[in-house]
Amino acid sequence: MTEEMAVPGWKKWLEGIGDQVGFFINFFRNIFTGGFEWSEFVRQCYEIGYRSIMLVGITSFIMGLVLVVQLRPTLVAFGSTSMLPKTLAVSFIRELGPVIIAIICAGKIASSIGAELGSMKVTEQLDAMEVSGANPLQYLVVTRILATTIMVPILSVMGDVIGLFGGFLALNLRDTMSFSLYFAKVVASIDFADFLPAVIKTIFFGFAIGFVGCYKGFHSNKGTESVGIAANSAVVTASLWIFVIDAIAVQVTSLLFYK
Amino acid sequence: MELVKENKDKNAGTEKKEVVIAIKGLQKSFGKKEVLKDINLELKRGENIVVLGRSGTGKSVTIQCIVGLLKPDSGSLKVFDNEVAEMNDKQLKELRIKIGFLFQSGALYDSMTVRENLEFPLTRVLKLTEQAEIDKRVEEALDSVGLLEAIDKLPSDLSGGMRKRAGLARTIIVHPEIILYDEPTTGLDPITSREISNLILSIQKKYKTSSIIITHDMECARVTKGRVMIMDEGAFIAEGTFDDLHESNNKIVASFFKDIL
Repeated sequence: MTEEMAVPGWKKWLEGIGDQVGFFINFFRNIFTGGFEWSEFVRQCYEIGYRSIMLVGITSFIMGLVLVVQLRPTLVAFGSTSMLPKTLAVSFIRELGPVIIAIICAGKIASSIGAELGSMKVTEQLDAMEVSGANPLQYLVVTRILATTIMVPILSVMGDVIGLFGGFLALNLRDTMSFSLYFAKVVASIDFADFLPAVIKTIFFGFAIGFVGCYKGFHSNKGTESVGIAANSAVVTASLWIFVIDAIAVQVTSLLFYK
Repeated sequence: MELVKENKDKNAGTEKKEVVIAIKGLQKSFGKKEVLKDINLELKRGENIVVLGRSGTGKSVTIQCIVGLLKPDSGSLKVFDNEVAEMNDKQLKELRIKIGFLFQSGALYDSMTVRENLEFPLTRVLKLTEQAEIDKRVEEALDSVGLLEAIDKLPSDLSGGMRKRAGLARTIIVHPEIILYDEPTTGLDPITSREISNLILSIQKKYKTSSIIITHDMECARVTKGRVMIMDEGAFIAEGTFDDLHESNNKIVASFFKDIL
């Protein structure tokens, strides 16, 4: 029996949790110690944010469009077609937009971070950085996690706007509604309690995407296969975390805003 | 196995020099596999030690313990008279500035150009801010390894030999006192291997470094003209000059030199 087989599963699981807690503490410690890597942070914001605009934009547009097309027959049956802008705005801004955009970002960004850092581990670049006396956590991890934490909410708000625009176009495929009326109905239907909790939860989504991507990449094994495993595992774990955070956020929001 | 000392020079070893790395009874295991059983080594200032050994005998693990990438299970490992295992993060960082490490692959940061690779330790470790000084040191280091023309290239545009040179330039740019080479000529053609070996020797003379060179390459061992130590199953089994070990009767030692004329 090999050494690995002899270690009980629960012990490995606990070790993994301990590693993640240690990584989390190190991340926070490194934000405030030493010099902040501004240039790398800006580069990561560009890579993570700007390079995801097209994907998030197209997906949000299609989601808004499809949602209106799917909702319309039900509302027509109740003679409530005029409720379409409100239904779309509330469902998209509160729930669908943030979660779908975060899942897309998990697929694109967490996998990319996991693969990049995993590849750096395999090719000894992380070790090289460490033995040179530099701090790989400060340069690679802090910048990436902060960049995702900031860029995912921005992408999410942008996606919401594009999704609502997609809904407007879908509405005008069958019915006719001016943009100013549509816009007025959307604005009237959403308030602070719809928008703010949704933005706050995307901050946590962004953090989870960056954290999981960095952790999986940093802790990948030394083999080319490990790069693929790190990328795959980053997407799966980040997606799972997004749903867990969403479930918690919905409960907290319900308690605080929708009594 | 008792250490075979092959040294026919009666004056050798009498010269008193500062010991920069002292390893005594070093042991390291991974799970149940005992990789280092009993490592004893002394590297003196300005000296080159060439460590020969088959794959998996613990050569790379030894130098990874020296820079604190791996923590030994037992034994003593002192660098500049300081026990590495007892150092905190800050002390380890200060120590690492004095130790250069050339990885087998060169380990260049592949998202950065050669220039940015070399600037990285200057700005992050030495905290240099003046661009003129940074440029001067980058150009000087690249000139030392004969790679000035590749200054703005990405690692993906470099050949294996050029990557090793760029890695070496990044190692020497902070002027380390010790350089650890992990198989510097592996994967290179014989001509490039000889060039890298000669480069190691010229770097040692120019920067007055002490070096440990891990290699399988007998030509590299011969060219770098260091004290040769042979490792087998986690311990050193023989040491001496290249020429002395060449004539050794020890079976394992002789197996390394059997193809050498």
